Amino acid sequence: MEATDDFPRRHLGSGPADIAAMLSQLGLPSLDALIEAVVPESILLRSPLQLPAALGEREAVARLREIMAANVRRRCFLGQGFAASVMPAVIQRNVLENPGWYTAYTPYQAEVAQGRLEMLLNFQTLVTSLTGLEVANASLLDEATAAAEAMHMALGTHPCGRTFLVSNTCFGHTIDVVRTRAAPLGLRVALVDHESLAWDEWENPFGILVQYPAEDGVVHDFRPVMDEAARRGLTRIAACDPLALVLLRSPAGFGAEIAIGSMQRFGLPLGMGGPHAAFLACSDAWKRRIPGRLVGVSRDSAGRPAFRLALQTREQHIRRDKATSNICTSQVLLAVLAAAYAMYHGPEGLRRIARRVHAMAKALSESLRGLPWVEEAQAPGFDTVVAGVAEGRREMILERAEKRGILLHTRDDGRIGVTLNEAARDEDLRELVWVFGGAPEAVATPAPEEEFAPAHRRTTPLLEEAVFHRYQTETEMMRYLRRLEGRDLALNVSMIPLGSCTMKLNAASQMLALSWPEVMEMHPFAPASQIQGYLRLFEELERWLAVITGFDAVSLQPNAGSQGEYAGLLAIRGYHRSRGEERRNICLIPVSAHGTNPASAVMAGFRVMPVACDREGNIDAADLAAKAEAHAGELAALMVTYPSTHGVFEEGIRELCTLAHRYGGQVYLDGANMNAQVGLCRPADYGADVCHLNLHKTFCIPHGGGGPGVGPIAARAHLAPYLPGHRRFGGSRATGAVCSAPWGSASILTISWTYIAMMGAEGLREATRLAILNANYVARRLEPYFPVLYRGERGWVAHECIIDLRPFRDSAGIEVEDVAKRLMDYGYHSPTMSWPVAGTLMIEPTESESKEELDRFCEAMIAIHGEIVEVASGAADRKDNLLKRAPHTAEALCAEVWERPYSRERAAFPVRWVRENKVWPAVGRIDNAHGDRHLICTCEGVSAYAAGAEAGY
Amino acid sequence: MSEAPEELRYRDSHEWIELGKEIAAVGITDHAQGELGDLVYIELPTVGRVVEAGEAVAVVESVKAASDIYAPVSGEVAEVNLSLESDPGLVNGDPYGSGWLFRLRVRDAAEAAGLLDAAAYRASIGE
Repeated sequence: MEATDDFPRRHLGSGPADIAAMLSQLGLPSLDALIEAVVPESILLRSPLQLPAALGEREAVARLREIMAANVRRRCFLGQGFAASVMPAVIQRNVLENPGWYTAYTPYQAEVAQGRLEMLLNFQTLVTSLTGLEVANASLLDEATAAAEAMHMALGTHPCGRTFLVSNTCFGHTIDVVRTRAAPLGLRVALVDHESLAWDEWENPFGILVQYPAEDGVVHDFRPVMDEAARRGLTRIAACDPLALVLLRSPAGFGAEIAIGSMQRFGLPLGMGGPHAAFLACSDAWKRRIPGRLVGVSRDSAGRPAFRLALQTREQHIRRDKATSNICTSQVLLAVLAAAYAMYHGPEGLRRIARRVHAMAKALSESLRGLPWVEEAQAPGFDTVVAGVAEGRREMILERAEKRGILLHTRDDGRIGVTLNEAARDEDLRELVWVFGGAPEAVATPAPEEEFAPAHRRTTPLLEEAVFHRYQTETEMMRYLRRLEGRDLALNVSMIPLGSCTMKLNAASQMLALSWPEVMEMHPFAPASQIQGYLRLFEELERWLAVITGFDAVSLQPNAGSQGEYAGLLAIRGYHRSRGEERRNICLIPVSAHGTNPASAVMAGFRVMPVACDREGNIDAADLAAKAEAHAGELAALMVTYPSTHGVFEEGIRELCTLAHRYGGQVYLDGANMNAQVGLCRPADYGADVCHLNLHKTFCIPHGGGGPGVGPIAARAHLAPYLPGHRRFGGSRATGAVCSAPWGSASILTISWTYIAMMGAEGLREATRLAILNANYVARRLEPYFPVLYRGERGWVAHECIIDLRPFRDSAGIEVEDVAKRLMDYGYHSPTMSWPVAGTLMIEPTESESKEELDRFCEAMIAIHGEIVEVASGAADRKDNLLKRAPHTAEALCAEVWERPYSRERAAFPVRWVRENKVWPAVGRIDNAHGDRHLICTCEGVSAYAAGAEAGY
Repeated sequence: MSEAPEELRYRDSHEWIELGKEIAAVGITDHAQGELGDLVYIELPTVGRVVEAGEAVAVVESVKAASDIYAPVSGEVAEVNLSLESDPGLVNGDPYGSGWLFRLRVRDAAEAAGLLDAAAYRASIGE
């Protein structure tokens, strides 16, 4: 019998009646007629995608559970940068499982993002305290890419640098990713022994990376090597375990200028490798070179402290081909979780956890030392015991471990590694001793207060800020999280019509697997026999994404869109080089491209050559032809976005691809706008060679308030050998790893799997068609008030539309920012501001919004238009008006004195329905310039700031 | 309508330079500061650096954009405006005065002849 919980009708905002009403407004007989008018006939897919039949919600979840049941859960002591940790339930329930946190977007509209911005500031404060360095960013993608980013920072101050020194005790995956990054830039990565470093052997060394504690668990004294590196002018970078830093001397304490690492151990599940938040901290002198997001403090219109993203001009998408980093989206949700973990435990709680881990490791090493077949069991620096065992005993130990469901680290050097962790229990310790052949009852009792040698001991204060002392009961933590959540506008409040961001529904059923131990407790380096469930998931998802894009091979590894671009371009680079065409190094990119495109191209070793666009925003085919021909011998790639960044299906896409191929180039397709294509056309069919997909846009992974993202790449067969490799895959691939874990942020792939499984071919196609209908409906409703820029040849937009606000700059002095802030008073997050065209708003409604919600949003925009007209006509003041003074806080409106020329009611409740769902911006308009001129990016700064501003905080 | 003093010479990339001086101040135009908005940071060259005309020598950053500043003529950087470190807003408030960026020891006075005069610059920005 037919299941009654079919999903597409839950995902799609409108049913037949509303679709008919929207079509009639557009003067179209059917959805088919719209699609035929929007998508060029030459690329329109005529047959359904070959995907399995759609499953009902319950059935899909059950099938996923069945697949993942094939994973074998082990008590995991494998370590290598991934150690089991315990997420407090109050944090799991109130953040990880809460759409108020996970469905928000990157906090560009700071006035309605104060909650997560505050939490990110807490995260930055946490990292600065642990590392002893002055500035920390609001997370990076993972530890290995953080190391690569640090290398780029170092290179930026050493333009002639040639060699990056990496301690041979760094994690293997970190070394691999750094090598992948270094190669296209012509840099050499030298593996060195930091204790016997022949400095003069290397050509122009510019930086050095060490691991603390080292890969084998040893805590070295890096002071001498850092001092010498400083003397020689090298940038000193330390990769650190943050839990170890709770007890150990900080990296700043031994002379590191930059510290990186993974916050996974702060309550984040292993998740088969991710997502996890990495961190990067640096001394003050480096703050303008720090990659990724940085939260800073500024003041709002009432002079009170307010948080915002600071120094954004450092960032990749703004620097374009001058960028020195490969990160755009970061790992906000994970950073929030890690910060909450630290706040819940506080410095004393963290010390207890770290001491316990250390004490267990010590007890284990002491217990093993007495065993005759254990040749050495080095005293743990912090949490890791590495034991050499006699010939013949190794197998016995591994068999016993297998029998007891324990996962150890079988090292390449033959020794066995055991990394203790927060989740380990006393009985685990006894069993570990038994596994090694010892007597479990003879385990040395962990001493409660294990201390370190004075040279290694932490002597600097830890987390003295009030925020790390205030929320250690569950009641207080629960309320704090709720309070912050209430300051943010996420999808559980209203539509977020951000163009190019695809803020569609993130259904609850898609998120369920993230609470399953068989999904979350898997280690990325566990043997294949234990991860059969995951392997099945990867295989199915790869196959489905190949069907959807038309390509032959898929890599799920890249853990962000920008990294997908980079990996896709590396595949192109690898392909050209395999054919002896190293000289092919020019990447043609239209000027309308997102800033990550040129940034990724430079990072992949290409020279960027811009291609002009015509007035309609389309690629200037003549300019492309001229440049491709003039550089035929050096053409490596054409990078295009489709539909274009202007939200239009360009008619000539097939010809553009053919043109690039004619001159020996490969076509990279930026899949950011795949949401407009699924089921209607396929990149491989119209000529692309490789594309990345943003699973966090088209395939429902929530944006997490600014990450995680997943950016898999799909490619034709000839590029398949050059997709990202990983040491876990052996030497089968020519390209190195691009991130720490073999399948990147593997755990959240369950979300996209569930989405596709529940939608099926027909549901996915319908979603695309509805996304296009909704965009055209909004465009039609708004065009009497705002000019709609850029349309296809037959007058239609694709899945998003751009409205022009520039005329109001002259007529009323109203800027696009004023409209964005005024929308907050109506309860809406602004559409994308001033991108891809300055002075415009780009609206992407997605398929998940109902007609009723679209109408409300349009009414808000139309009402705002009326407010602009009042200013233009002189009826309202040009400076003191509803728009310029938006957003309006409750505090400002309830003040004793109200002297503005408009009423409080109009300010707060401009239309009737706002009364039913009022969003109160937590702060007034934020002064961006002030924040960038006076950079403050830790909590300590906030209190100082608040005191200075004589405002309560 | 932005201001462009007659006594200065301009590049179409919006830098100005003093004319007829051995050591000439360089800055950005009123039009440029208006387009960029509030400046928040200015990366200045090191004194003594020898630059060629058209070479990127400094970076001005607003909240939204970072723009390279090109040397209008060849020469050696003789002095930089240190007060911009604490107050980059000087460039917005007084682009031709206290908001100067750096001074160049001009190598060849004739080079400035190839630059735009105020009228030509105004034409280049459509004013």
